[in-house]
Amino acid sequence: MPNLEHPAYPAATLLRLESLVPCRESQVSMLLSIFGERQQFTFPSIFIYGHTSSGKTYVMQTLLNTLQLPHVFVNCVEHFTSRLLLEEILIQLQNCSSESTPASRVLCDTFNDFVRLFKQAVTSQDLQDQTVYIVLDRAEQLREMEANILPAFLRLQELTDRNVTVVLLSEIVWELFRPSTGCFEPLTLYFPDYSIGHLQKILSNNHPPEYSADFYAAYINILLGVFYMVCRDLKELQHLAALNFSKYCEPVVRGEASERDTRKLWKNIEPHLKKAMQTVYLREISSSQWERLQQDDGDPGQLKGLSAHAHVELPYYSKFLLIAAYLASYNPVRTDKRFFLKHHGKLKKTNFMKKHEKTSNHLLGPKPFPLDRLLAILYSIVDSRVAPTANIFSQISSLVTLQLLSLVGHNDQLDGPRYKCTVSLDFIRAIAR
Amino acid sequence: MNKQFFDNLVSFLRRSHCEFREKATEWTCRTKSREIPTAALLLGVNVTDHDLTFKSLSEVIQNNITPYVASLQAKDCPAIKNLMQKLMGQLMNCCVDVDSSDEEDCAQVSQNRIRCSITSLISWYENITKKTDSETPSRKRTSSRHLQFPPVVVIFKDMESFTTKVLQDFIVISSQHIHELPIILIFGIATSPMIIHSLLPHSISSLLCIELFQSLSCKEHLSTIIDKLLLTTQFAFKLSEKVLQVLINIFLYHDFSVQNFIKGFQLCIVEHFYSQPLSVLCCQLSEAKKRVNSLSHSQCENIRRLPSFRRYVESQESEKQIALLTSDNFLKEAVQKLLEDLHVYHENYVPVLRCLHVFTSSLPKYPLGKQIRELHCACLESRVWETEDYESSLQLARMLNKSDLVTMLQKCVEIFVSSSGKDFDKVVEKLKDFLAQFQKLEGVCQEQEESISSQKELQKKTDLYHLQKTLLELKESRRSKKMTKFEMLRFEVVDFIDSLVRNYLVPADHKTLHEIMYFNTASAVREHLNAAPRIALHTALNNPYCYLKNQASKSDGGSISNKAPDVCIAYKLHLECGRLINLVDWLEAFSTVVTAVEGPNGDAAVSDQVDDVIHARFIRAVSELELLGFIKPSKQKTDHVARLTWGGC
Repeated sequence: MPNLEHPAYPAATLLRLESLVPCRESQVSMLLSIFGERQQFTFPSIFIYGHTSSGKTYVMQTLLNTLQLPHVFVNCVEHFTSRLLLEEILIQLQNCSSESTPASRVLCDTFNDFVRLFKQAVTSQDLQDQTVYIVLDRAEQLREMEANILPAFLRLQELTDRNVTVVLLSEIVWELFRPSTGCFEPLTLYFPDYSIGHLQKILSNNHPPEYSADFYAAYINILLGVFYMVCRDLKELQHLAALNFSKYCEPVVRGEASERDTRKLWKNIEPHLKKAMQTVYLREISSSQWERLQQDDGDPGQLKGLSAHAHVELPYYSKFLLIAAYLASYNPVRTDKRFFLKHHGKLKKTNFMKKHEKTSNHLLGPKPFPLDRLLAILYSIVDSRVAPTANIFSQISSLVTLQLLSLVGHNDQLDGPRYKCTVSLDFIRAIAR
Repeated sequence: MNKQFFDNLVSFLRRSHCEFREKATEWTCRTKSREIPTAALLLGVNVTDHDLTFKSLSEVIQNNITPYVASLQAKDCPAIKNLMQKLMGQLMNCCVDVDSSDEEDCAQVSQNRIRCSITSLISWYENITKKTDSETPSRKRTSSRHLQFPPVVVIFKDMESFTTKVLQDFIVISSQHIHELPIILIFGIATSPMIIHSLLPHSISSLLCIELFQSLSCKEHLSTIIDKLLLTTQFAFKLSEKVLQVLINIFLYHDFSVQNFIKGFQLCIVEHFYSQPLSVLCCQLSEAKKRVNSLSHSQCENIRRLPSFRRYVESQESEKQIALLTSDNFLKEAVQKLLEDLHVYHENYVPVLRCLHVFTSSLPKYPLGKQIRELHCACLESRVWETEDYESSLQLARMLNKSDLVTMLQKCVEIFVSSSGKDFDKVVEKLKDFLAQFQKLEGVCQEQEESISSQKELQKKTDLYHLQKTLLELKESRRSKKMTKFEMLRFEVVDFIDSLVRNYLVPADHKTLHEIMYFNTASAVREHLNAAPRIALHTALNNPYCYLKNQASKSDGGSISNKAPDVCIAYKLHLECGRLINLVDWLEAFSTVVTAVEGPNGDAAVSDQVDDVIHARFIRAVSELELLGFIKPSKQKTDHVARLTWGGC
């Protein structure tokens, strides 16, 4: 492991930094060498990418905070328009060194204004001789703002003529960002996924105070052994670890096993982990419900998750409408006559043909169909006579709002609307029963 | 009186959410780090009812938990920007409601509206909480009602219709600031909770701490409403079988909407009081008696004209008949008595119906229906004891086992005791007597079992041949054996219930003066509630007399009269065509029809060339049809239009 070394910063701070960012030492030292000393100009823009929860945001935040570099940290999702984003940067910049003065209102509509105000802010805060870092988290949102925002941020150093570095954090690669008009290429940096060893180290790091670190590490070891195959997301693993730990400790609390008795503990936890395995990622039952469940020591079968309530109660005609829509979506038009007419002449179809057709249609997905066809099929599948009342029509539109049907084409097309059936075969089966 | 009904219903709806409310309060207190506590409400597909539900829900939350409630609808929030705007607008308005005296606050609100971001929301929240903190000594009331840091509740009324991006962004933003701004989300879900997974990816849904709440199914709502409104003696107004059937059918077949059911019910009330002149008497008994005394002569005549009253008169002796038909005072007395009868009938009807329901609802296959409303309909329709279903259910009831029978009897006793009817004392006594006998039977049964077992011991000792013989004997004896005491008693009980039914569950149409209380015109209700626009349009165009009431346009069968409006003529002609209509042919046919009357006058030679006026009339008629959506211009053939409808509905 490379120890962090940098002439500009005291060794104690670096040591603390290293303890705070486990398994990311190489990236941090790389960043440090790019940043250089406080007053040195660095690369104008840096682009950091990596998979979900590979520590991008965390590393940047701890790095800038521990070294006490002047910085602005903005989430692009939160500030969804360019105006909000720019104003937020300016406000944070004003607060960044002198926290006593309340932020005055800034109005900043265009990037031009921003550059001007930014210069002012830097001079007023006495930051000329330091590098100011602007970190834009979830930078993929920038692409949806005005076209000039992203290129302008990339060469902010040049535009403002100040010592500033823009750091973009994103989950997608730089190639997807590059605007068609071309722009300044940032320095890209990749954060790789944590390996199992890394995960073990990170997860074991925050053990609860009442238990020894070894004990918790053993628990994490078991947990990773079960879940690593299906889930490598650090956040999800943390969640699972927090959920199941109390169960793991139970024998120890009851005094049946000592902390060293790993085998016994494993026997105790195994069935619970298996159960939890079924709901990885889904969060079907909330954590509080899960805790309650474990306290009661009941079995999770009683408490049904979200997917257990999949059945939907529908009014009588809505059911038929949905079935008719499904038939219209998955059957080709030419078979309508043969399926739904009482006197349809000879039956020439072979079984093989029909089967072949069906599978391919299901693979192709639903096709749009006009309203008339839907109603015609409805009339033929409902036994009794159905009057085309306003209620039937309003039911169609309410099915659309429930997202069971979807409207194809424009909303305002009044004559000849076309629909698509969006529910699965299983759903239809459940309804048709 | 209508108001009374409505109040009843609203309070009912509120009560049904009481359960949820309790859950919500205890659970809002706890919040997890970074996870936004979320409630997913499964509300069923009856979207029309949701508004009322959410309204009462937010009221309840405002009263009990927090003053900061915002409810968002998908149509207001096409983008995250609009969502934030809406949210801030609602939250800040409701804060103004709390302390409206602050002029400064209002100014702040308008200023803040310019910058709609989460930061301003947070600063607003900090301000508010700080203010309430400093004001707590002066205002004990608010602090005692709400928590110290009241959470902000955001209700998404129709989760399905929100675009995924807006929801995701909003959740990400609010989870970032959950520590500064305790937010709670409530999702209203109409279909199934799977929608959460299909709308939100894992990275988002892991930020939520979802708990599921299921509201009562709408069918249960309906049963409660029927229970509360129809099966009581509290309200004089009743629905007849057909009307009730229409309302229930609309509910079950079409929309599952309790609110629409209520509206239908209200319509029935209005229609009844509007169309039936004798509905003045449809009120509480004491009030009705007073009103009978003040009836005018013409109103008395109205009563005499009622079919049920005529039947009653005919069954009386001749002197009495004359008195009833001539003397108003005598009539009034009689009517008072009859009304009282009717009231007593209602009082008895309900408990007996419930009692019968207790019996029939536990039978296999439910010959008389599972729900009490089905039973109610059956009883209103005809004499229930004459139907086959009733026969079969009695048969089944005779085969019930003892424990079921006893529990049922106990339930019946409870029903009768709680009911206000006067002549049920005897019934209760009788039922209790039955119960006592069952108790006694238990002892007897045990003795019998003992004797049987001794018989069996005897059998063991005999050889095979003897065994066969004894078995045969046993079989015969069993066939001829008299019923056990238990069976006898069971028969008695069933017969007793049967007699109760025959006595009290007479259909209402057989009662005199039922027209006053019962609303009977199902066709009117169906017309009003189950509108059929296409059919209405067809009749209007096909038979204009129906709406215009113009003698000239009265059509005589299939032929097309030229007196009808031009649209009607064009419509009728177009019905005879195929999918594509040639405009020239159509015009010719049109002009022939229009000029039919002038034809004999002898302008036959001129009619080759179509008159300009007729041409103009035709064009206008065609464009009107196009506007109505019957035809549209077609690109397949020139001079043709395409029909958009098929068949004459």
